[in-house]
Amino acid sequence: MADIRQIDRRRKSVKSIAKITHAMEMIAASKMRKAQERGLAGRPYSEKITEVIASLAALYPKGQAHPLLQARPVKKIAIIHITPNRGMAGGLVGNINRRSLSFERSQGKDTVYIAVGKKGIDALRRTGRNIKAEFILGENPSYLQTLPIARLAIDGFINGEFDEVHLAYSKFINTMVQEPVIVKLLPEEPAERAQGTNLEYIYEPSASSVLDKILPRYVESRIYQTILESIACEFSARMIAMKSATENANEIVEELALQYNKARQESITTEMLDIIGGASALS
Amino acid sequence: MPIKLQIVTAERLIFEGDVDEVNVPGQEGDMGILPKHAPLMTTLRPGEIVVVTDKQPQFFAVSGGFLEVRPERVIILADSAERADEIDIARAQEAMERAKANMSDKTGGGLDAAAAEAALARALTRVKVANKRRKNN
Repeated sequence: MADIRQIDRRRKSVKSIAKITHAMEMIAASKMRKAQERGLAGRPYSEKITEVIASLAALYPKGQAHPLLQARPVKKIAIIHITPNRGMAGGLVGNINRRSLSFERSQGKDTVYIAVGKKGIDALRRTGRNIKAEFILGENPSYLQTLPIARLAIDGFINGEFDEVHLAYSKFINTMVQEPVIVKLLPEEPAERAQGTNLEYIYEPSASSVLDKILPRYVESRIYQTILESIACEFSARMIAMKSATENANEIVEELALQYNKARQESITTEMLDIIGGASALS
Repeated sequence: MPIKLQIVTAERLIFEGDVDEVNVPGQEGDMGILPKHAPLMTTLRPGEIVVVTDKQPQFFAVSGGFLEVRPERVIILADSAERADEIDIARAQEAMERAKANMSDKTGGGLDAAAAEAALARALTRVKVANKRRKNN
């Protein structure tokens, strides 16, 4: 009868696993919402700044622009590799890692990594990539905490340490779908100026000084926004992963319950047969 | 005709609403903006933003940023900004002391001179703005 007890024990443990994964699912859902809200709260700033840069950059002929806007022959690239600190998020981490590595291969250039997030750091170390810096942020990073990353990217680009900077992260498409992407951060490519916004501004002290100050802010806010987006992705991926884990666990619980009942019934039947056999032998 | 004003930082929207007058610490000096101001774009120094609605002033501390004036609206892109009543005076004062210490200390607490000075300017502003709010109440 050890068999019955074993089944029962397994059923109980799978049940508690389901409880845990369900709790993790709920936590991930609420954290995802928070990260999304924070991302949305910063949206007006980044939209505005994009617009301002578009109208400022239009004042300059190509080639005379600010150093951060200037494209040059690419010998070395930097990838800001943004991943979660923790796993349990389905294929999310693996997808980003693969995306970065395949991008590096396809470019065939010298590549340095600025790694953000434990999981990515581990993977890059394991594969022996050239890591320039590592950052581990919490799940609720402030704007200030993300500034050093921007500083590093801007300084490296201006000093000629690398000629292009890319962001590798997962893009939030919807709660169910996240997509690993690589987008260019530097040199900046200002959006085309929207029609009908041809205002003649007075610039104080001058257009170039405003541009000098606003471009780094733009890079900073983009990095900040990207990090928030990948945090939202992390939680939504985890939510989905935990949801399916819960479903699977519940399925197993049902199966085990069936097995348990069957085994119990069988044992009762044999017991009864024994008793009946014993009784009829006596009479 | 009121001005539509937005004060935003990278993290959140600080203020949004119709106001009659905005005073900001511009790079070239403090300036006041009234309705129908010419389109203008400037950088901001750390300082105090005063927003006047129905003759009621509201104070904000700003640590730098940008100001864009358009015919129909004014947008302040702040590096960081706080409404006067959000400022924790004790903390602001503490930050000011720390900034002062960093200034006098040759090593600057790991900061260079410019950064230390900027930190002090920010801290001073916050203390000033916070105190002003006290007087008003």
